[in-house]
Amino acid sequence: MTPQQKATLQKLGPFIALMVVCVGLAFMSPDFLTVGNLMNVMRQVSINALIAFGMTLVILLGGIDLSVGSILAVSSVLTAMLMKAGYDPVLATLVGILAGALMGSVNGLIVAKGKVAPFIATLGMMTVLRGTSLVLSNGSPITGFSSDFFSTLGGGYLAGLVPVPVVWTLLMFALFWFVLKKTVFGRHVYATGGNPEAARLSGVKTDRVQIWVYTISGAMAAMAGVVLTSRLNSAQPTAGVGYELDAIAAVVLGGTSLAGGRGWIFGTLVGALLIGVLNNGLNLMGVSSFYQLIVKGAVILLAVLLDRAGKR
Amino acid sequence: MQVAMAGINKAFGPVRVLEGVDFSVAGGEIHALMGENGAGKSTLMKILCGVYSADAGSITVDGLPVNIRSTRDAEERGIAIIHQELNLIPQLSVMENLFLGREPRRFGVIDSGRMRREAGVWLQKVGAGQIDPTREAGTLSIGQQQLVEIAKALSLNAQVLIMDEPTAALTEHEIATLFQIMADLKARGVAIVYVSHRMEEIFKICDKISVLRDGSFVGERVIAETGFDEIVKLMVGRELGERFPAREVTPGEVRLKVADLSDEGNISGIGFEVRAGEVMGVAGLMGAGRSEILKTLFGVNRATCGQIELDGKPVVPRDPGEAIAAGIGFVTEDRKSQGLVLGLSVRENATLVHLDEYARGGVVNGRAESAAVQQLIGELRIRTRDAELDVKSLSGGNQQKVVFAKWLAKPPRVLLLDEPTRGVDVGGKAEIYHIINRLAAAGTAIVMVSSELPEVLAMSDRILVMHQGRQAAIFDARTTNQEEIMTAATGGL
Repeated sequence: MTPQQKATLQKLGPFIALMVVCVGLAFMSPDFLTVGNLMNVMRQVSINALIAFGMTLVILLGGIDLSVGSILAVSSVLTAMLMKAGYDPVLATLVGILAGALMGSVNGLIVAKGKVAPFIATLGMMTVLRGTSLVLSNGSPITGFSSDFFSTLGGGYLAGLVPVPVVWTLLMFALFWFVLKKTVFGRHVYATGGNPEAARLSGVKTDRVQIWVYTISGAMAAMAGVVLTSRLNSAQPTAGVGYELDAIAAVVLGGTSLAGGRGWIFGTLVGALLIGVLNNGLNLMGVSSFYQLIVKGAVILLAVLLDRAGKR
Repeated sequence: MQVAMAGINKAFGPVRVLEGVDFSVAGGEIHALMGENGAGKSTLMKILCGVYSADAGSITVDGLPVNIRSTRDAEERGIAIIHQELNLIPQLSVMENLFLGREPRRFGVIDSGRMRREAGVWLQKVGAGQIDPTREAGTLSIGQQQLVEIAKALSLNAQVLIMDEPTAALTEHEIATLFQIMADLKARGVAIVYVSHRMEEIFKICDKISVLRDGSFVGERVIAETGFDEIVKLMVGRELGERFPAREVTPGEVRLKVADLSDEGNISGIGFEVRAGEVMGVAGLMGAGRSEILKTLFGVNRATCGQIELDGKPVVPRDPGEAIAAGIGFVTEDRKSQGLVLGLSVRENATLVHLDEYARGGVVNGRAESAAVQQLIGELRIRTRDAELDVKSLSGGNQQKVVFAKWLAKPPRVLLLDEPTRGVDVGGKAEIYHIINRLAAAGTAIVMVSSELPEVLAMSDRILVMHQGRQAAIFDARTTNQEEIMTAATGGL
């Protein structure tokens, strides 16, 4: 095998793993390979995938965003409150997503201008925003929205077959792929993550790149929040706890380096699907949710260890 | 003690790095190992000190075959290496570094008193008795750190000392100290293998020289019986032509005018003019503020007073982006940490500065970008199989050409060069000089900081000499000489 072939194989590793798991599950459970079930899996995956797309940019910068779960909660509470107060659902949705972007930009400012380590900055914001969502909602869920528009966002189907969240996910995937691959901004993300000093000395406004990336991550978390709220027809102030870890797992499973500068959005989509398919398969086989956690964690560790071994 | 390597082969995957290499060094001898980057010098030395093992061939010590499988094996045979990138742990003290992994103990607890005393003795032996053994290693200068490494090697009872580019980051004074210590070690019968690109030094201190080219041994010479030209010919396998290509440029109008420039404490009162097509060399000792002039002009350091004029218009770059917009380029000193994003491809690095040139509304036109990169690769003669390869897979000289390429996609009005040929082999240096000359011919004003005096003298039109943050003199390069420059640089003017 030439080094190039090896590199390609390495890059496609997560995809191959996904295929293997799918084939395995198809044999083990007759229900797995049905259109209905696959669409169901994709719909479940979409929340994590949306967050993980934003997280991919953050991790490409060598950062981390622990606040996504809390941003999701604040945004969904905010959107729900606005709708309950009688505002237009379209407006409420947009304000929710914009608020997510704003919260993300605060992360970015703390990291870029305050020079605080991303882990600490977003850990602090995670706690502050969780409190905010509890304060806003007074600690109780907000339920019952009577808007067709809003319930379609998370619960509808396109052409009676493809769940709307899956459509969002694919659209966002295409957008992120384009941004990372084809735009000046995308190149600056890779350069800043790979070597911030060299990027800065090449005229890249690295502060601005960082702030934008955290802003995007916030907006994506808010978007996931809207989808989730719509699907459940309820905004929970405690929603999204632990979601940051699933998103990070998807990014890392997809082969993006936590050190920054290296990775791709396709890997993240595959990573999110892998986690979703595993969950679904274990459910179909009737494995208890306690064991599911063990299996899920072990698979993540195994995947990263294999990745390490291949790079040596 | 005599160490001989014979018929050494080594391959990494399909790439043959060494083929049938012979090399030997004897006690009381300083033996230079030369060759262009990628010739296999480092690999050969890493085999000798147990970092790699050879695929074939033998190593003998005083005629007896030995098996070196690890650095520990090598240390037991008295073979030690001082790497180019120093290996001290900056947060630990000097003595903790010296005795790392073999700390003197008493009742199972580290005996710091003894450690300090013994460290003091070893430091004394390398003429570094003034270094406090309890000081944090990271606070020492590079030269002092190197002395600590040598002391460590001696404390391991090294009989063969391999030094990889030891003078690359040292000041003139530190180099003089180092050479004195090397002479002492030689007199005590230690064998020293000296890996360097600096021809002047090799002819000054070495006894013998071995040359590698493309993984093969091409010859051993006694220094006294050979000359610069022969060695270069052995290294590159052809006549090199002139070492410093001549430049036929008549400088034009004043491009860059600097008056009374000061920053936050490193430099003050700097004033000079550079014309279009002119090369202004900047000489001085390390820490004299040479790089700081460039950093201030480029907006990395903040200017506290003074004026900068570009083509008669005042500019005050507050960050690199503004400097670039004004037409200033900066080839930084350390290409790995400041010049390149090593994980990105040759293409992505080459277009990092001027990516907007190939983009519309923030979207990059891939075809235009690739075409521009192909042109740069051709113009600068960057040797790479493919522009999509990671830039880190290139040799040092070719990496440096990629750093130049970043700035040349749109010819700069002023190009600042900080040690533009550091760690570049002879062939690569000549090519970089050609690039500098071509830029000057095209009207770029160039400010070049360099620690290699022959380079500064040959490549500059005028030379600004720095001493302790102030400019000591500006000489005409045609009429000055190394002695005059060194006198000014050490404050003797």
